[in-house]
Amino acid sequence: MTNSVSIRDLSLSFGAVTVLEQLNLDIREGEFLVLLGPSGCGKSTLLNCIAGLLEVTEGQIFIKDKNVTWKEPKDRGIGMVFQSYALYPQMSVEKNLSFGLRVAGVPKAEIDKRIARAAEILQITPLLKRRPAALSGGQRQRVAIGRALVRDVDVFLFDEPLSNLDAKLRSELRVEIKRLHHALGNTMIYVTHDQIEALTLADRIAVMKGGIVQQLADPLTIYNRPRNLFVAGFLGSPSMNFIQGQIAIVAGQPVFKFGNTDVLLTAYPTETRLRDAQLATLGLRPEHIRLVDDTAQGETFEAVVDIEEPMGADTLVWLRVAGTALSVRTEAGRRFTPGERLRVQFNTAMASLFDGGTQDRL
Amino acid sequence: MSDATIALAGSEPWGKRPKRRFAPKTIMLYGVLIVAALYYLLPLYVMIVTSLKGMPEIRLGNIFAPPVEITFEPWVKAWSSACTGLYCEGIRTGFWNSVRIAIPSVIISILIASVNGYALSNWKFRGSEVFFTILLFGAFIPYQVMLYPLVIITRELGIFGTLTGIVVIHTIFGMPILTLLFRNYFSSLPPELFKAARVDGAGFWRIFFQIMLPMSVPIFVVAVILQVTGIWNDFLFGVIFAGTQNFPMTVQLNNVVNSAQGVKEYNVNMAATILTGAVPLIIYFFSGKYFVRGIAAGAVKG
Repeated sequence: MTNSVSIRDLSLSFGAVTVLEQLNLDIREGEFLVLLGPSGCGKSTLLNCIAGLLEVTEGQIFIKDKNVTWKEPKDRGIGMVFQSYALYPQMSVEKNLSFGLRVAGVPKAEIDKRIARAAEILQITPLLKRRPAALSGGQRQRVAIGRALVRDVDVFLFDEPLSNLDAKLRSELRVEIKRLHHALGNTMIYVTHDQIEALTLADRIAVMKGGIVQQLADPLTIYNRPRNLFVAGFLGSPSMNFIQGQIAIVAGQPVFKFGNTDVLLTAYPTETRLRDAQLATLGLRPEHIRLVDDTAQGETFEAVVDIEEPMGADTLVWLRVAGTALSVRTEAGRRFTPGERLRVQFNTAMASLFDGGTQDRL
Repeated sequence: MSDATIALAGSEPWGKRPKRRFAPKTIMLYGVLIVAALYYLLPLYVMIVTSLKGMPEIRLGNIFAPPVEITFEPWVKAWSSACTGLYCEGIRTGFWNSVRIAIPSVIISILIASVNGYALSNWKFRGSEVFFTILLFGAFIPYQVMLYPLVIITRELGIFGTLTGIVVIHTIFGMPILTLLFRNYFSSLPPELFKAARVDGAGFWRIFFQIMLPMSVPIFVVAVILQVTGIWNDFLFGVIFAGTQNFPMTVQLNNVVNSAQGVKEYNVNMAATILTGAVPLIIYFFSGKYFVRGIAAGAVKG
């Protein structure tokens, strides 16, 4: 078995409130797993359970095939990085890094060696004598990562490590964390509510809601073939367009009907058999709607421009198709005026179709 | 250009808004503050002035008049030879008794309460909230209710009327408010620090001494101030539990002032009172900032 971390039927409740329910998760050796979800979905709670900072109500946690459910945090072979850095304010950077090693009684020479190595990897060697208060946010987070690094742990746990940083620094450190993962090859579990971080960093993403993993897959699958309506709506910026309607089988071909418009679903890769008159939601990402001219081949629809949002690299146009508002990503440069009439084409091969009742992918 | 600027400056608001030196609001504010300050300072003034006068001068009756002839004799007498009941050794024995009571009481109560507060905020256990509520409830029970049972308990333990007894009593009665103070302070520290220390492998005491203590110097100062002033000003517990030979300064002061025989030596009484009040007064004077912070930090939250 090459699972680095395994979670078996994990449940956690505080009194009557259940935060995690019957959760199962296998994380492979060296994998970068991102736990993604809105605040309150239980992702940080799960991370704290893995770290041993919260006691689980039911279930088991295995790290490196060892049952660590009842183990103390220090005995689990984990290092943790917090959103608020959590550096010990009265200790210098060096003392911060060495604290865990000193607690464990590691010989002085070994401590020095490990600190030197970690400081070099993270480029914080000139800061070793400083206090955390004299560091910038990015430097503090580097030290916090270093604290996990020196302890030579199997699994790194990150609890929204970049959320306190400004946008520019966040993207820089994001790249650094990815580079670090490539260099070290450790298993990393990373909690975030930021979908860009999730998509860019993860080998696999676990999208969570209400204490339940909604979908566990690689970023592209999550983005292109979301399991349910929640996952589809949570990922993507600008977010996916949803059209309410129903399915009809016309001459043996599935068709999606909304308003007075029919969309042919021949190209859509169905996972279940579509039924006639089934209520459904059609999800289309803004980049999967194309503006076309009148001569275009295939099925086109009439649209009226509502408003445009130029974003530099591209432009987002808000349109109305048969009374439904849709956003369309299009190349920058072209300008639109409200009320302008256009024709659009749906890329139904890349669309997502959800059941109106269960909201699961069809 | 200059014309335009002048025109603007003269008629329309331009640049920094001018400040009025004697606005009605300012006069009101300072007026009230000055009156209040005088009101509270007047008794102190009378005390100091009276303590520096000789008895003949006091008998003239002008209590607000400054002393014609300044004498320190009342101070010396109050300190070293005023009569407290049977003994005439002044209130210095009371002073040293108070010191002997205050120092161990302050140290022991703060040590226990800080560990209490740390455990209650960071190492929550089943029923820890209930425990805390019960502890807090203790702060609201009138002392009178507990006096008699405590007398019996200390008697049975054989510490009634001893220094140990009074120290134990002060430690117990300081516990609710001090625990609240420390718990709230430790709760206000980022919980991630505690988690990080646990991941680093530190245990209960190591986290307390190496992580928490260095961050809590301000709250310790506040606790010391609260306890020193509280214990120094105590009369009730001192008179009941300390025993005659350990009477604190407040009790001795009462014995000086209320001694029935002879003439009332107002100057000696005033000097003795100022001497007794000097310790808390000096502490308030030098640590007003911390004291206010302590009251704010003690406010219930969380």
